[in-house]
Amino acid sequence: MLAVEDLTVRFGTTVAVDSVSLDLGADETLALLGPSGCGKSTLLRAIAGLEPPAGGRILLDGRDLAGTPPHERGIGLMFQDHALFPHRDVAANIAFGPRMQGMDQPARTARVGELLDLVGLPGFGARAVATLSGGEAQRVALARALAPQPRLLLLDEPLGSLDRALRDRLVVELPEVLAAAGTAAIHVTHDHDEAFAVGDRLAVMVGGSLRQVGDPADVWAHPVSMEVARFLGHTNLVDDGGKMRVLRRDAAIVDDAGQLTVTVLRCRFRGRDYDTVVRSDTGTELRFDLEERLAPGSVVRLRLDPDRVVVIGG
Amino acid sequence: MRRSMSTLATGLVVLIPAVFLATFFVYPVGSILGRGLGADGLAALGDLVASPRQRGVLWFTVWQALVSTALTLVVGLPAASIVARLRGRSQRLVRALVTVPFVLPTVVVAGAFEGVFERFGLDSGALRLRHTVWAILLAHVFFNYAIVVRTVGAYWAGLDDHLEDQARTLGASRVRAWWEVTLPRLRPAIASAAAIVFLFSFTSFGVVLILGGPRRATIETEIYRYAVTRSDISTAAALALVQLVAVLALVVVATRLERRRPIHNGLGRAHTVVSRRGWLAANAGLGLLLLGTPIGVLIERSLAGGDGYGFDNYRALGDRVRQLPAPATTALWNSLVFAVAATAIAALVGTLASLVVVHGRRGVGHVFDLGLTLPLGTSAVTIGFGILIALDEPPLDLRTSWWIVPIAHALVGVPFVVRTVVPVLRSIDPRVREAAATLGAAPRRVRREVDIPIAARGLVVGAAFAFAVSLGEFGATSFIPRRPENLTAPVALFRLLGTPGDLLRGQAMALAVILMILVAVAVVVIESFRGSTEGGL
Repeated sequence: MLAVEDLTVRFGTTVAVDSVSLDLGADETLALLGPSGCGKSTLLRAIAGLEPPAGGRILLDGRDLAGTPPHERGIGLMFQDHALFPHRDVAANIAFGPRMQGMDQPARTARVGELLDLVGLPGFGARAVATLSGGEAQRVALARALAPQPRLLLLDEPLGSLDRALRDRLVVELPEVLAAAGTAAIHVTHDHDEAFAVGDRLAVMVGGSLRQVGDPADVWAHPVSMEVARFLGHTNLVDDGGKMRVLRRDAAIVDDAGQLTVTVLRCRFRGRDYDTVVRSDTGTELRFDLEERLAPGSVVRLRLDPDRVVVIGG
Repeated sequence: MRRSMSTLATGLVVLIPAVFLATFFVYPVGSILGRGLGADGLAALGDLVASPRQRGVLWFTVWQALVSTALTLVVGLPAASIVARLRGRSQRLVRALVTVPFVLPTVVVAGAFEGVFERFGLDSGALRLRHTVWAILLAHVFFNYAIVVRTVGAYWAGLDDHLEDQARTLGASRVRAWWEVTLPRLRPAIASAAAIVFLFSFTSFGVVLILGGPRRATIETEIYRYAVTRSDISTAAALALVQLVAVLALVVVATRLERRRPIHNGLGRAHTVVSRRGWLAANAGLGLLLLGTPIGVLIERSLAGGDGYGFDNYRALGDRVRQLPAPATTALWNSLVFAVAATAIAALVGTLASLVVVHGRRGVGHVFDLGLTLPLGTSAVTIGFGILIALDEPPLDLRTSWWIVPIAHALVGVPFVVRTVVPVLRSIDPRVREAAATLGAAPRRVRREVDIPIAARGLVVGAAFAFAVSLGEFGATSFIPRRPENLTAPVALFRLLGTPGDLLRGQAMALAVILMILVAVAVVVIESFRGSTEGGL
């Protein structure tokens, strides 16, 4: 339903978004992963109509959005820092979008109640915005963005400022809320775990352009470049006769018949396994999750599971 | 069609304040420049420079402002340290209390000090303060105390206390730590406050005119004397020219210093130690003595009659007296009506101008920003004098119109509105506007739903300031020809104070008390609408 074609956004001479193309189906959530400053927020702002593109097209249901101002696009945007209206209470914040659509007072009140239930904040309607905690403000912002029932919701680091426990919970809840509302979404984040958890598809953006788009598991297993691999959390990148390979952290097993001889540098207990750093005989430092404890300084052999070794671009 | 409507609306937003300022500020001030730089004016300027008396006036204007500033800092800084440590309700209360004197009409303050001198026998003899420079200096400290306490106090509250604690653990004594660590960091706030105090003392009019007596003159009172008493417009214009140049320079300096002062979000770090009791008591005592004595004595004098205390003086306000073209009660009523009209004009012009400053095209906004700061710096006397000489012939023969008084007052009030509304508008996160847009609000709707409601709080504060300023306005009004229907309470008070005799004195004190109460109400409004953390004035 959303099609972005060769979209380019420039700030002066800087190219923030470099001819990006992507498609999004109805009900689909695309996780957009990238380091800070890679242009992902700008891409969202351009789709919402807040940044004028320097080139390319944005189509919603086949209709070109060029010239359509933000308030007529029907695309919701949830800001990283919530941007709640400071002079209105929680209910009035959520009711804003429906009010712009001309919904009458009783219907608005009902809608606000519905959304507060949906985001798990029943009874918060009369609270002043300034009294909300970070997590509460986040959920109010989500409710406000959902209230006008946008076909497409753009989420800019929606879980960015939350503490870990809340984040872990919302990573699970957010897709449920979006599914319940039947909203397509682009979910921007710089955290790969979050991206894997929320995205039906995953797009990796680096330096203003999309480097890889696909099923999250596929992208993780077969990164197209070192850059993407590193950003997905892969640490063991080895040059194997001119071919770059990624040794996944779960690729090694201690085995006397293994092909890799390594010296153990550090071994740290982590609950289900041991986080182990080793040095290979060629001098490369590698990091694996191993099932047994190894003494630092000992020399062991490791066997690599070929299914868990990835050739970059292969 | 729709587009042309909004173009028209945008045009009006720029046009209304532009025309207002051009007609009632730029044109009158331009007339002063024209006269001052004309042949007669230049000749008068030559005479001024040649005259030892006038050189004395210039010098007195400068040094009394310098000494006033120094004294205000000495008295105000310790109090600022205490205000910086207060939080919540007590902070608001103290700030409101020190602000009342700042907005009190100059004529009321002058009357109060006259009352103090009379009450404690300081109006003659060896300890005479009446009609001395000390009276002027005391009144300036009384007025400007609030500027130092609030500006520096708010800044101080935002400073990290741990640095001072760190210095103490490194072996610095309490005083040393303050001197070497805190004071240097306070410097921008102190400089900014000092510049403003100097500007206000430099352009002080009512205080000098009444408390200085006939022999003490500053540029301001000389302009008045030449223009109104002697009708020597050329000399007055030459003096006004000197004043304008000086004030312009001062405004530039003050604005620079203020820009350099970083803005604090006000969420000051927790101050660990509450001030020592003695320090607190000494400051509270000094503040009370300085601010409380004149106000207390004023009230006492207003109630004192020939035979004990009573409300005779208040009752007498309804009587006709020879010195006034209308009874004092009529003057009070006039002042209230003028204040309402002036506040409405100032709120309209100030709000539109603020929108231009914040949202207008860069160049236009800049011009407005500067154009609106100037009237605040320009003395009321200059404004009154400009109106006197510029708006006296068709098509703009407004001198005898009823509207000229509220317009002159609004001119003095507009900068207050702009200075409270602009920061509030600027504080609105642009993303909040964008959020409104993505939720379906068109640009004009965004303005109505986001900017205006948020700015409204600032507007209430600015309007209350404009109201208080109009109620007490004396400098500009004193240039407007006097007729019974435009007699204001401050002008009536000035006349009553200038008349010897116990009965009229008592009436003057009663009138001053009523004005003071009206202004105090405005301050309560200001303080209750102002955020608890915002500093400055």
